[in-house]
Amino acid sequence: MDQGPAITGKSIPRIDGPVKVRGQAKYAAEYDVADLLHAAIVSASIAKGRVISIDAAAAKNFPGVVAVLTHKNRPWFWPFSFLYKDLAGPPGKPFRPLYDDRVLFSGQPVALIVADNYEAARDAAALVSVSYEREQHATDLAVEVSKAYKPPRHRLGLAPTPHPTGDADRAFLASPVKVEASYTTAAENHHPMELFATTVEWSDKIVTVYDKTQSPKSVEIFLKVALRLFRRKVRVVSSFVGGAFGLGLRPQQSVILAVLAAKALKRSVRLVLPRDHMFALGYRANAIQTVSLGADENGRLLAIKHQAVAATSQSEDAQDPMLNFSASLYRCDNVKLTYQLAKLDTVSPCDMRAPGAATGMFALECAMDELAYAINIDPLALRLANYTERDQSENRPFSSKALRECYLQGAERFGWAKRSHAPRSMRKGKELIGWGMATGVWEAAMSPAPARVKVSLLADGRFEVTTSITDIGTGTYTILTQIAADALGAPRERVVVKLGDSALPFNPIQGGSWTAATSGSAVQAACDKLKKKILLRAKQTGIVGNGQATELLSPAALADLLKLSGSDNLSATATIINVKFGKKYASATHSAVFAEVRIDEELAVVRVTRLVCTVAAGRILNPATARSQIIGASVMGIGKALYEDAATDHNLGRCMAHNFADYHIPSNADVYDIEVLFVEETDDKVSPIGVKGLGEIGSVAVAPAIANAIFHATGQRMRDLPITIDRLTRLSD
Amino acid sequence: MEVRANTALHVTLTINGVERKASIEPCVTLLDLLREKFDLTGTKKGCDHGQCGACTVLINGKRINSCLVLAVSRDGSEITTIEGIGTANELHPLQDAFVRHDALQCGYCTPGQICSAIGLISEGKAKTRDEIREAMSGNLCRCGAYIGIVDAIEEVIAAPRRKTVR
Ligand code: FES
Ligand code: FES
Repeated sequence: MDQGPAITGKSIPRIDGPVKVRGQAKYAAEYDVADLLHAAIVSASIAKGRVISIDAAAAKNFPGVVAVLTHKNRPWFWPFSFLYKDLAGPPGKPFRPLYDDRVLFSGQPVALIVADNYEAARDAAALVSVSYEREQHATDLAVEVSKAYKPPRHRLGLAPTPHPTGDADRAFLASPVKVEASYTTAAENHHPMELFATTVEWSDKIVTVYDKTQSPKSVEIFLKVALRLFRRKVRVVSSFVGGAFGLGLRPQQSVILAVLAAKALKRSVRLVLPRDHMFALGYRANAIQTVSLGADENGRLLAIKHQAVAATSQSEDAQDPMLNFSASLYRCDNVKLTYQLAKLDTVSPCDMRAPGAATGMFALECAMDELAYAINIDPLALRLANYTERDQSENRPFSSKALRECYLQGAERFGWAKRSHAPRSMRKGKELIGWGMATGVWEAAMSPAPARVKVSLLADGRFEVTTSITDIGTGTYTILTQIAADALGAPRERVVVKLGDSALPFNPIQGGSWTAATSGSAVQAACDKLKKKILLRAKQTGIVGNGQATELLSPAALADLLKLSGSDNLSATATIINVKFGKKYASATHSAVFAEVRIDEELAVVRVTRLVCTVAAGRILNPATARSQIIGASVMGIGKALYEDAATDHNLGRCMAHNFADYHIPSNADVYDIEVLFVEETDDKVSPIGVKGLGEIGSVAVAPAIANAIFHATGQRMRDLPITIDRLTRLSD
Repeated sequence: MEVRANTALHVTLTINGVERKASIEPCVTLLDLLREKFDLTGTKKGCDHGQCGACTVLINGKRINSCLVLAVSRDGSEITTIEGIGTANELHPLQDAFVRHDALQCGYCTPGQICSAIGLISEGKAKTRDEIREAMSGNLCRCGAYIGIVDAIEEVIAAPRRKTVR
């Protein structure tokens, strides 16, 4: 089945590019629905306590206002919090907006204004006055760390923190070289450019919900169960998602509130949450970590101890793989990891790109750099001296591991050999130059839940590929088109991929870097099945005798086939269930990142002038979209290293940032040269199509590489993120 | 706060070459007018505070954050939104360059980036990559597609003018 050369593995332009550059891609708030009402939230100004009263008289009288919903008059819903569980939530009680009078975090929605136009809803919201009974809140992790605890229940689907091996305490004490340091990382917010929004099209039989989510299926199930829409047909549509980075993994406040209002009023409702509210939707947990490394004089690791305390909310035990890679990245016989949480009066943390790993690896990789300087060897040589071909924590081989090639090719490309080892030894004019590097790792896995894909032959000879998963900018439309085109031997113009609709075959969640491997394998399997069906049908109808499929797959022949067989389409469905090679192999995506910073010596302004990111991620389906993934994640890494800090005013228990002026994300002028190299890596075990996934890996090693480069430039060890100008200047004073 | 009287005003705008009229309150921004009343949703809302550039349109040829513009204050203006750039059959050279350089991922900031880049090119000031970066920094992209964005704009600036830029 040829029809031209294979396109999988080629840089074909993003399939959804043209509709996006024309402004024709529709996002959640952009569906034109008849008789639409607009909603706006009123949010709590205290961090903990009770709502005593809500005076909404002025708001109700405001021209255009239709209703004001609060915990007192909202539609009835279940009092059992377990019914609010979603596919991605951690153990605990999920937040239920407008449930009762409790205020659990600052910014929590306490009332919803519904009006016949957007301006009226927004302006009336400002007229609501709420009185509270305030309770003492706890929002400072540095204080609450004293009450840190081991999460009693483990998060579903998350690999547990590895058990200790050897005797790390004793080995550390006995080590000839020791480094031990504490690192802190700030809370960060995801801030996709699209605001969280939902448009609910209400009717008695079917409720269509246009929502910003990474999982239309999860939202559909949630609405049916938690908001008691089980008697109606619920369809959740998210054809295009303007970024999410993890914040759309769970049903968000926007969809819950919009559907509550629609249900109460039996009307169609739109809710767009404003930018300042994105600080109250979820955050990357801030953390305090200590890393202790013991080594011999040649840099061979004798002990790794890594401790972390991460923030969580009062009601949920949010967990992520913060320390999971510290036991398997390097060869070391004595490892001890301690992962704990501390409760704060905040919204629950929510997975953000490379959750856990971006935080844990920052500490480990900075500590490795400190060790390199303690022994006086090159930081890259230290990594190579501790290279491991086995995952020691589980004592098993990797399904593939081309990290060594990442190190070597990245170093070559960057010109690492020209680096002078001593801090403050490189400069140009009034700028200090620093070169640093770090290793990245993320688990390569398939979706823990099964994924279904349907492929149909249409009457016009095109093939339609459908599954409920979304494309959040990752390139899913494009890679699935490529896989299907090759599997069917059809040109890509004859393949139509439909995604982001809960009415399509079940596919759990876009996330975890597993979508390409999981959905791609399902597409491959469904196409293979369909091809067999077509051949069989062709034989039955006597179109071909010899079973040659090449000419059979021309549009004319396929149309004939459908006509002769008396049906208007032919389809096949495949379900991919997580291939469990279980305990036999460890599987991970790796990267090595090399960073150059230039720092104005007087002003302490840091510029990240060059990044070289080398990535080993198995088979690359589309180098162009893959490169964009890594560049985008690296840009986010620059933000983590230098800018992003969702700092709290602990007097008020409230995030001090309310907009992009207070919370700086990298802008165009902050980003210079980023080069991406994918090293050759073949893996026939990780997934049926040899793909490992790319969503997270690009974010893991960037921040430590930059922090290490800053040390190299200045001689100042920066152990707290973000490394802002004030922190740098304070140190040099 | 005083309850607002019903004070709808008439406004006439030429949007993508078509005259459109509306009767709206003075507090309605151009962005909300485009998105909510005219169903021109190619112009995006990312912050509503003039900080992200997702809402960039061209008013009389100049790039402007439409979330900061009260629609009634621009009565009689010529407005170009992303829907008015390129034709049904042919992409504008910048749109085409954005696709080829993969200057987008989720696509949400993209219409604003393209409108802003058209304004930038007609301003005629930015020539080098550094100047483009600086002058495009009012348009945030959380997907981090900046390198592709600069590549695309640089290419169009360097190309002999194929078409008059709107
Ligand atoms: S929406 Fe106008 S600048 Fe962000
Ligand atoms: S492409 Fe997603 S924000 Fe720019």
